[in-house]
Amino acid sequence: MSGESPDDRADEESTDPRPATDGGSAAGEGPETDSRPMPSEQPGPRERDHPEGRRNLEGIRIDPVVEAEHESRRAVISALVEDEPGVLARVSGLVSRRQFNIESLTVGPTTVDGHSRITMVVEETDPGIDQIEKQMAKLKPVISVGEVAGDAVTSELVLLKVEADDPAAVHAVSEMYDGKTVDAGPETITVELTGDKTDVDSAIGAFERFGIVEIARTGPTALARGNTPTAPGEKPGTAGEPTTHDD
Amino acid sequence: MSDTAAQPRSDGDESDGSSAGAAADDPTDPDDEQPAGPVSTGAESVVAALEAAGAKTAFGVQGGAIMPVYDALYDSSIRHVTMAHEQGAAHAADAYGVVAGEPGLCMATSGPGATNLVTGIADADMDSDAMLALTGQVPTEFVGNDAFQETDTVGVTRPITKHNYFAGGADTVGDTVGEAFELSRAGRPGPTLVDLPKDVTQDETDRTPGPATPPAGTDPDPNADAEAVEEAARAIESAERPLCLFGGGVIKGDASDEARTFARSYGIPVTTTMPGIGSFPEDDDLSLSWAGMHGTGYANLAITHTDCLIAVGTRFDDRLTGGIDTFAPEAEVIHVDIDPAEISKNVYADYPLVGDAGRVLDQLTAAVRESPDAGAWRERCAEWKETYPLTYATPDEEPLKPQFVVEAFDEATDDDTIVTTGVGQHQMWASQFWSYSEPRTWVSSHGLGTMGYGVPAAVGARVAADTMGESDRDVVCFDGDGSFLMTMQELSVAVREELDITIAVLNNEYIGMVRQWQDAFYEGRHMASEYSWMPEFDKLAEAFGALGLRVDDYDEVAPAVEEALDYDGPAVVDFHVDPEENVLPMVPSGGANGKFATAEDQL
Ligand SMILES: Cc1ncc(C[n+]2csc(CCOP(=O)(O)OP(=O)(O)O)c2C)c(N)n1
Repeated sequence: MSGESPDDRADEESTDPRPATDGGSAAGEGPETDSRPMPSEQPGPRERDHPEGRRNLEGIRIDPVVEAEHESRRAVISALVEDEPGVLARVSGLVSRRQFNIESLTVGPTTVDGHSRITMVVEETDPGIDQIEKQMAKLKPVISVGEVAGDAVTSELVLLKVEADDPAAVHAVSEMYDGKTVDAGPETITVELTGDKTDVDSAIGAFERFGIVEIARTGPTALARGNTPTAPGEKPGTAGEPTTHDD
Repeated sequence: MSDTAAQPRSDGDESDGSSAGAAADDPTDPDDEQPAGPVSTGAESVVAALEAAGAKTAFGVQGGAIMPVYDALYDSSIRHVTMAHEQGAAHAADAYGVVAGEPGLCMATSGPGATNLVTGIADADMDSDAMLALTGQVPTEFVGNDAFQETDTVGVTRPITKHNYFAGGADTVGDTVGEAFELSRAGRPGPTLVDLPKDVTQDETDRTPGPATPPAGTDPDPNADAEAVEEAARAIESAERPLCLFGGGVIKGDASDEARTFARSYGIPVTTTMPGIGSFPEDDDLSLSWAGMHGTGYANLAITHTDCLIAVGTRFDDRLTGGIDTFAPEAEVIHVDIDPAEISKNVYADYPLVGDAGRVLDQLTAAVRESPDAGAWRERCAEWKETYPLTYATPDEEPLKPQFVVEAFDEATDDDTIVTTGVGQHQMWASQFWSYSEPRTWVSSHGLGTMGYGVPAAVGARVAADTMGESDRDVVCFDGDGSFLMTMQELSVAVREELDITIAVLNNEYIGMVRQWQDAFYEGRHMASEYSWMPEFDKLAEAFGALGLRVDDYDEVAPAVEEALDYDGPAVVDFHVDPEENVLPMVPSGGANGKFATAEDQL
């Protein structure tokens, strides 16, 4: 501190014109001694008794011996949203602002006019995933949001352009991965592939030896299996009918 | 929360925020919300929707793109207060909403008007204050072309609003505005914005806006899950060191009565967050005042040692918690909040209770069958109160201590006095050395910490009190010299509108809070924090047409306080206070609440 500290000036006597907090005298009325202990008389931070406990970064009380930290995991989150301008900006803005670790984001129309489905793959701890769902649910255009069950069908579309030095070999590999040649020229061949993450990753690995020129991936999109709704509360939708909500 | 939040503070005959349509259906409904009248343009539809939703006052500044709306206001019952700057309009609307308990309304033109609102909108967003901002926009056909005074207002304000709208056409704009107004107070309150392209407000329409309702899914169930309440009740009964922590949500939810009943029924000590100031009377034996960085030592010790924290309507801001690892380390946490996204966001909730603060506190009061055995704990809290009182040294010579000024105003005014502040040391002294006992009397910028909030907030608070028929309440703004300089132009509004406010500038010729941190953490290097060229605020006040006073000595304080409060109109008292005075106690940021410093050498 520059200047004197309050401690140095603490020993004022009866000239204090300040009203005692517990007394009834009006401001400035007259001298009044103050019996409140000054900082110099109070136990300092180190002299106080402090509890042993602690919380971890997620605010969870932890046993000092077994320190529980959450592992992050991959989760597919599906949201039904009103298809209004700016909805993607709202969702992606929220995700980026809160520093969530997002792997991919896909959007497309559903069977219902005016509704879209956003599929998001994130790599987060359980509390993080919980927060993503809750924060997304707060957005006005979001109708319903939730994590898609672990056994969901996920699929991704990839367009892959490779060098055309050995067209026959390219076609063979393409066939192996159920790919489709969508463009073939003297110098490059473009293949379309779909599948879940492992399928797609191994296909791309197989094409690498031809020399990959360009690649475009959509990121996975997903639907829950069987009768399980993909977004919570979502009803089996047919065109034109509401997909969710009782209201 | 919405039903309660929708109720104007003047208790009595207002119904819950029922819509214009409901009012029309039931002619005996005493609600002052009216069915919207016939309209001929989009702008008239906007104003009709506002009137129908119960808006009484707007704060704003004119401009090209918003002119049609202003023109429609010409014949409206809504009072418009012209502000000196749009930031002032947003803060005034915010404070109006805090005091009146209904959404505040602010208006600005496109481009610079809209961007000037941004700070005030962000402020309201951080403090969960219900507010509707209406901004003009260039005609739809020019949008995106960098037209004169065009800004992507919806884009700019997206992360700082609860939701914002780009008005699509004259036929629907009234409904959009009504919805935005209701959305701002539904569930967890917050600011909403409607961007109004000039063609939309100018175009003809004969479509009267329908009843204003919040969008589906935004008005949550006010009651918490009954089973969860039972479990929380058992935890409270068996606690040995229970502690209530009341946040701003208690005030927004008009739940102070329920909060008081709950704590007193079971003899549970109470601390508040800074935005929760006023939810529980600070002169009550159970009160430990407020906790956090500059909260009382005893509140912070209680938080550190509690085994059951009953937290209501708080988002566990880091200025409250300090380091999360040391926050209430032994406590099971019962967290009541209307916003499920707040649950376990910063501090894990062992007992999450999602619902309206008042309703859930009622549920808890009913569910707790016996008081926790907390006699020893209450005694310990009382000892802490004795050992670590808020105090300051008053040397027999000058300079004047700022805390003394705050105490002098507190002594001289009634409990219902409204206090507004800027941001800095003066804000902390105003919250520490004033004894608050009523909700909606403490109006400050918490989450955003906006310097300059105080003067426009005093304007908004004054207008709100007058609108509620409470003109005899005092409005006192404690401001710093730096904060005052940021928005003091709103003094012109106070003079023009004859608003009875008192501004106490705690002038330390520093941006004091920065100076304090520089002394504590930057070896006293006062980079850009000395304001040795301060103007004479009393003379500035006179130039504005207000009463201006200057105080340097202790014995001038009481007479100046009296003269300023008695003056029927805006008064500014420039208190020249000790420039070296520091705010204590202090929990260094990220530190442990229980290790607050009571003197600088402990930092
Ligand atoms: C708009 C804005 N700019 C900067 C800051 C950073 N800041 C926080 S406190 C403070 C000093 C405030 O000075 P003053 O208003 O004179 O109050 P004092 O601390 O001296 O009481 C500053 C610059 C802020 N909170 N808000």
